[in-house]
Amino acid sequence: MLASSTPNILIIVAALIVVASAFGVSIRRRKPSAESKPEATSMPAPTPSTLASSNVSEAGPASAAFEETTGDGSVDETLKPQAEVSATEAGAEVVDVGADEVPDVRERTAKTRGVFASAFAKMRGRSGITQDTWDDLEETLLKADIGIGLTTRLLEPLRASVKSGDIRTADELIDSLRSGMTAQLATTDRSLHLDAAEKPNVWLFVGVNGVGKTTTIGKIATAEVAKGATVLMAAGDTFRAAAAEQLQVWSERAGASFVRGAEGGDPASVIFDGIQSAASKNITLVLGDTAGRLQNKSNLMEELKKVRRVADKAPGTVNEVLLVIDATTGQNGLSQAREFASATDVTGVVLTKLDGSAKGGIVFAIETDLGIPVKLVGLGEGAHDLVAFNPSDYVSALFE
Amino acid sequence: MFDSLSDRLQGIVKRLKGKGRLTEADVDEVMGEIRTALLEADVNISVVREVVARIREQAIGATVSEALDPSQQIIKIVNAELIAMLGGETLKITYASAPPTVVLMAGLQGSGKTTSAAKLARWFKSQGRQPLLVGADLQRPAAVEQLRTLATQIGVPVFSEPGDPVATAERGLAEAKRLGKDVLIVDTAGRLAIDEELMREVANISGKVKPNYTFLVVDAMTGQDAVGVAEAFNERLSIDGVILSKLDGDARGGAALSVKTVIGKPIAFAATGEKIDAFEQFHPDRMASRILGMGDVLTLIEQAEKVFEADKAEEAAQRMLEGQFTLEDFLEQLQQLKKMGPLSGVMGMLPGMPKEMKNAQVGDDMVKVTEAIIRSMTPEERRKPEIINGSRRTRIANGSGTQVSDVNKLIKQFTEMQKMMKRMGGLAQPKGKQGKGGKPKINKRQAMRELSDMMGGAGLPQGFPGMPGLPGQGQDPGMPPFFK
Repeated sequence: MLASSTPNILIIVAALIVVASAFGVSIRRRKPSAESKPEATSMPAPTPSTLASSNVSEAGPASAAFEETTGDGSVDETLKPQAEVSATEAGAEVVDVGADEVPDVRERTAKTRGVFASAFAKMRGRSGITQDTWDDLEETLLKADIGIGLTTRLLEPLRASVKSGDIRTADELIDSLRSGMTAQLATTDRSLHLDAAEKPNVWLFVGVNGVGKTTTIGKIATAEVAKGATVLMAAGDTFRAAAAEQLQVWSERAGASFVRGAEGGDPASVIFDGIQSAASKNITLVLGDTAGRLQNKSNLMEELKKVRRVADKAPGTVNEVLLVIDATTGQNGLSQAREFASATDVTGVVLTKLDGSAKGGIVFAIETDLGIPVKLVGLGEGAHDLVAFNPSDYVSALFE
Repeated sequence: MFDSLSDRLQGIVKRLKGKGRLTEADVDEVMGEIRTALLEADVNISVVREVVARIREQAIGATVSEALDPSQQIIKIVNAELIAMLGGETLKITYASAPPTVVLMAGLQGSGKTTSAAKLARWFKSQGRQPLLVGADLQRPAAVEQLRTLATQIGVPVFSEPGDPVATAERGLAEAKRLGKDVLIVDTAGRLAIDEELMREVANISGKVKPNYTFLVVDAMTGQDAVGVAEAFNERLSIDGVILSKLDGDARGGAALSVKTVIGKPIAFAATGEKIDAFEQFHPDRMASRILGMGDVLTLIEQAEKVFEADKAEEAAQRMLEGQFTLEDFLEQLQQLKKMGPLSGVMGMLPGMPKEMKNAQVGDDMVKVTEAIIRSMTPEERRKPEIINGSRRTRIANGSGTQVSDVNKLIKQFTEMQKMMKRMGGLAQPKGKQGKGGKPKINKRQAMRELSDMMGGAGLPQGFPGMPGLPGQGQDPGMPPFFK
């Protein structure tokens, strides 16, 4: 049983919060201007126009790493809205150029497509559009973890179109939803910024526990080394037992340099050392691992802010901060994205484990609500199973 | 942050008040809100449908009484329904008559199997058992090292050898028998439920070691897919219970409810922190409040107990009631509060927190600002804020890097709280006679309500059944010893 005096504690807690939060809002409002940094780097830009302008300064003359494989990685090309890139072109945007087998989102997710396909078949089987059609459609989107809010927003214009008679059949309805979803994801810049002039380029990886940060780093290193880049991995996860060992195994597989600190040591200093070591060895890319942390742990989020600050101070440029999100994540993913973005200025999302039965629909909400683009997709445990995110492939995988 | 169910219902309730009976249309609207709240908590869509149908049955025709407003009635129904679904049989571990009792851990990649295996080993140890851990995750690089490191921390041996996971598990069992260990915990590699080959492998392990308990480790942040995964694992391995990991995050954990409902197996344990002892048996009632976003008072109290120095907090509360709580005390208690983690997390656990407050994203920045302002005051000013005049305000503002208006706000809010507390300390004293020790008693329930009102909220739901330990509930006339 609880100690009988505990409710007093509650009263104090409540009282403290009441007083402490009295002027929070006004402080918050003032803060950004006071702290805003002069550089225009890496704030997630919500509109295409700001994206375009900030991209020029970020991308620089060198082509972005994952664009190189398209063969047209000029700055102009990276500014091109994704929608204009044809499916075949985009399909070539694969991390690994050396692999014989190019993983395909649709292929890898094929095993799990049953539910969606059968729901759509059911809808098509009905004559006309009935309440059941809407229910099925909604359920399909919800099952993909797209979330009730975004699902409602996606279906609203369709309801209007059905009412006005613009859409008459289930087929038209499904197609219209599909193109609507693809369009929502179309105008975002998804390139990863790697600039020879800014050596060493630093990419940091952040996220909650168990999403696959270390594995993702291993895969990216493999791909970049295969492309001829020199890569260094910095084992900034000093918390989880054997995390550094896990990364080290990957570095050996990939042929990348490796820097680690003591277990339980300061992650920021490991990252700093990594960047410095890379600078002295003229290494192009530093991949900084960080310990998984739940976004509601403020001390750990402070630690992460420090990692970012210190990385910024080291020689080189922090060009990417990638938030790794597990495809099985539900609505909490939105909270993850919001908190990590506010702590570290996240530049993109890596969606992992999409080869399972989960659809990872939460990234849809993350991208539309928070303006953080999905850049990479993990499709398996192999070193080559990481590909550039392609919206139309992704939406197709949901629909077919 | 998502709106909690109580927030959602409050809007509708205003209109429903004064109605003698809920019409079908009213119920429809309310059910819509319940549905949304459950979906935002990641409760599986099929389960949502089931719950909502059951709640609707009970809600239709529920009369609207003066004493209990309709939203409270409905929340009561929903909460009771969720507890019923989550609860029932709590898994009781019985040990095999011929040791060792074998436990098999299974789950997706990254769900937290290895950490949970070590935490479970520690739990068994605390129950007086002698566990042996088997590292049969030979897939993920360094997974066995991770297990070994964790096991060293808790003083539990690990058996593992490279090669075949099935053979490792089998030999681990022989080793446990040889060493006379009475519990064997087998950690396996993460695998996708749809990966036929790996599912067959884990089924083979299961066939060889014949586990007494097979636990599926499920990440509390999992979305709609949780049910499919649980079904697939259950089909292959016949799950005995679920271990819910990462419950210390801010996920609502609807996945837990869904899994329990669909495979009908209890949630046995929950991991409530990164530390190896942050692992406990599961409490369905707390989970229900959490899914509904109604706060988690019990957990809050537990956390508060850990960080606040009990004597000092009691003393402070006492002074608060007597109207003698100073900014100095406030600063001191604030230091304790900070140890409880981010303010938003603490707030989320307080019941009856108004939506506006949650949405304001109470950051820890503002705690810092509050501290800075108070630290810029002289000791005398902290004791007697009323002496703070215009020029003092300017000095304090400059000293703390804030605006005079911020200083004003803090002082005003503090004074108001002080007054309110004093009034309540006075009010609560029974007329004519004092509390046992001559010290004021208060109705704590009322205190919480007024505090919450100060924040612009509607206060606590009255007589809310799903919140054991709600301050002041069931008003104990004896009062805590502290007030003696």
